[in-house]
Amino acid sequence: MELSRRDAIAALAAVGIGTGGVALYRSDAFGDGSIDSETSPDDPIDTMIALAAVVYPSEVSGIDEFVETYVVGRLEDDETHEERTVQALAHLEGYASDEFGDSFVDLSPEDRDAVLRELGVQNAQPNPEGSDVERIRYYLVNELLYALFTSPTGGELVGHENPPGHGGGLDSYRRGPDA
Amino acid sequence: MSVLLTATSVTDEVDRSPSERVDVCVVGSGPAGALAAYSLAERGHDVVVLEAGPRFSFEDRLRRMERFLRPAFDWVDVWEMGGDRDAYASTGELHYPLNTTRVKGVGGTTLHWLGLVPRYHEKDFEMDSRYGLGEDWPISYDDLRPYYAAVEREMGVAGAADNPFEPPRESPFPMDAFPPSYADSLFEAACEALEITMHSIPQARNSEAYDGRSQCVGYGTCDPVCPSGAKYTAEVHVAKAEAEGARVIDRAPVQRLVHDESGERLEAVEYATPDGETHRQEARQVVLACGAIETPRLLLLSESDEYPDGLANSSGAVGRYLMEHPFAGTDALLMEETRQNHVGFMTSECHQFYDHDDSTPGSLKLEFINNAEPAPVEIALRDGSWGDDLVGAIRRGSGNSLRIGALVEQLPREENRVQLDTSRTDDHGNPVPEIVWSVGDHAIETMRYAQRIQRRIFNEMGARITGQTDPHNPGAARHPMGTTRMGADPETSVVDARLRTHDIENLTIASSSVFTTGGAMNPTLTIGALSLLAAEYVDEDL
Ligand SMILES: Cc1cc2nc3c(=O)[nH]c(=O)nc-3n(C[C@H](O)[C@H](O)[C@H](O)COP(=O)(O)OP(=O)(O)OC[C@H]3O[C@@H](n4cnc5c(N)ncnc54)[C@H](O)[C@@H]3O)c2cc1C
Ligand code: SF4
Repeated sequence: MELSRRDAIAALAAVGIGTGGVALYRSDAFGDGSIDSETSPDDPIDTMIALAAVVYPSEVSGIDEFVETYVVGRLEDDETHEERTVQALAHLEGYASDEFGDSFVDLSPEDRDAVLRELGVQNAQPNPEGSDVERIRYYLVNELLYALFTSPTGGELVGHENPPGHGGGLDSYRRGPDA
Repeated sequence: MSVLLTATSVTDEVDRSPSERVDVCVVGSGPAGALAAYSLAERGHDVVVLEAGPRFSFEDRLRRMERFLRPAFDWVDVWEMGGDRDAYASTGELHYPLNTTRVKGVGGTTLHWLGLVPRYHEKDFEMDSRYGLGEDWPISYDDLRPYYAAVEREMGVAGAADNPFEPPRESPFPMDAFPPSYADSLFEAACEALEITMHSIPQARNSEAYDGRSQCVGYGTCDPVCPSGAKYTAEVHVAKAEAEGARVIDRAPVQRLVHDESGERLEAVEYATPDGETHRQEARQVVLACGAIETPRLLLLSESDEYPDGLANSSGAVGRYLMEHPFAGTDALLMEETRQNHVGFMTSECHQFYDHDDSTPGSLKLEFINNAEPAPVEIALRDGSWGDDLVGAIRRGSGNSLRIGALVEQLPREENRVQLDTSRTDDHGNPVPEIVWSVGDHAIETMRYAQRIQRRIFNEMGARITGQTDPHNPGAARHPMGTTRMGADPETSVVDARLRTHDIENLTIASSSVFTTGGAMNPTLTIGALSLLAAEYVDEDL
């Protein structure tokens, strides 16, 4: 299943965000000069992409562009969301470098998965106002999963081309599985 | 806008001071209040609507949808219900989850309703004459018929003439029906073999663009939020009322209704505003449209020396005879894909078992559900797994479910009621509503009957039944009714056939609270029809 920038733009539209050229902002995702280079190991977009590579099913391709467009769009739209995402990423990065000796982005997929498990993300309540790990679940993991599973491409992974959250019209509900 | 931002946290510069004495003050801006306000404003009357909740901007709808789909938020968070403003007690045999049954805001509970709008059947108005159950309404189906047609046009109803059990109607639906879903087709052969007729459902939802609103685009989250505007909400008639000159004041909860010295007429309506002030809106006529819980509560809160048991309550019926539609469902799994959750509403029903011969079991309406299982995103965000494991979890948790539901009739019982809980107060210091709800044998017997039919259908299909509602502990369909009932006798009812309170001559009630019996059809089309009828009587008196 190939994700595209178009999917991300549709996913942004589905959370009420118009997308006037969002993907241009990568080099300064927060518009405040705090992130100055695509190659910065701490680029939050890189970390989100690295995370998506673990939390998205292996069948999904085209993650980079999709995540970049979606995450930048979301962060630009909402300051609180941006601040808390950055805090949650800092916590994730802190754990990765303390326990695994490397930045999250540079860890192997197995080690990234291990970081999430050791942090207890699988059992944490997704809570936007909660503890560090609860916010990791909400702002990072569930954020990425929300974008994927409200998009037709994500839905198709599980046989559902018009999943709730996506306004995919009035044809699919009448269609059988083999149509 | 952040998904965390609340409409009520927004401070604004709105002028909430009262207008000079107006023709009509409408309290509440759900469909009952909005339709009455529009109808009266359109006839040239000066109308003020007071609404307890905020105006929710249309731009936020997608964020509210996100709240609904993300497990970090509760159902009541979508429309910001809860807290001191909405505190209540539930002390009956069954818990009544009041804040899931209503929304406070411009548009009222239609902000999160599903939008199914069947008419009541003739029998619903004649329960005593036909079955010796409950009471007859003082009006008949025929009296309401033209108003049903009018409200179908107003709301924009999609429907078809394929329902052989429907009461007589004079005009086609304004829009074509939504065709049946693929999931519906899975029931067809079994229903045919059992001689059970499936048919379309009238819906206040656009199957095509209507009245300046979009066609349904399939977000699949109608209840509790439609981001496209395809589902009717009473905001439509609030806007139309405003266009006709009505003034709508939000965040203005009415605290009390004040009568004159004679005790026969209301003088003013007292309301609070966010700045902590209390105001008096004087009006020649008052239409109370606060829903079936807050309407009796406001009357009880408006007690006076003349009305020590609550305003307009000389009958003692204010707050009593609370009815609901208990929901009885059966769940099953099929060995093939059932294609759930492609839209957020049902597309087939069965009214065959509605008009009954014996008194019990009573009326029931079968619903073939298109949302019988959690959506992929809901499982994805709750499960706690990720990657390929998550695909497995979603596939295990969805794909093969089916559900048949039923709304059933509950009889009016005096002990089911809304009263004041004086041990606790709301954010304005008023005693909170206390709900006492139980089901009763008639409804339990009817639920059992509904479930027998549901099981027969599933067995015929070869589906594996996985669960059934316990008839002794059903959910409520969130259709409270009956708490200021209509009747000819002032000794036993609160309003007359003109929807006017027997006690107070310029106080009209527009709400399911006036329903004498509850039937088993979703109530809002009937609420709307009554509201238009009430507006005509109010107009006559102005
Ligand atoms: C989840 C859900 C699904 C539903 N689905 C359907 C369906 O498919 N079909 C159907 O027919 N019905 C459905 N209903 C029921 C339907 O929503 C109600 O019947 C309808 O909204 C009632 O209209 P109303 O105007 O009487 O009351 P409401 O819509 O509840 O509006 C009352 C308004 O009065 C305001 N108010 C209350 N007290 C005061 C006060 N003191 N001062 C000022 N304002 C006040 C409230 O804030 C509110 O905005 C559903 C309900 C729920 C909860
Ligand atoms: S399915 Fe249609 S009515 Fe329901 S939320 Fe989507 S657009 Fe609105």
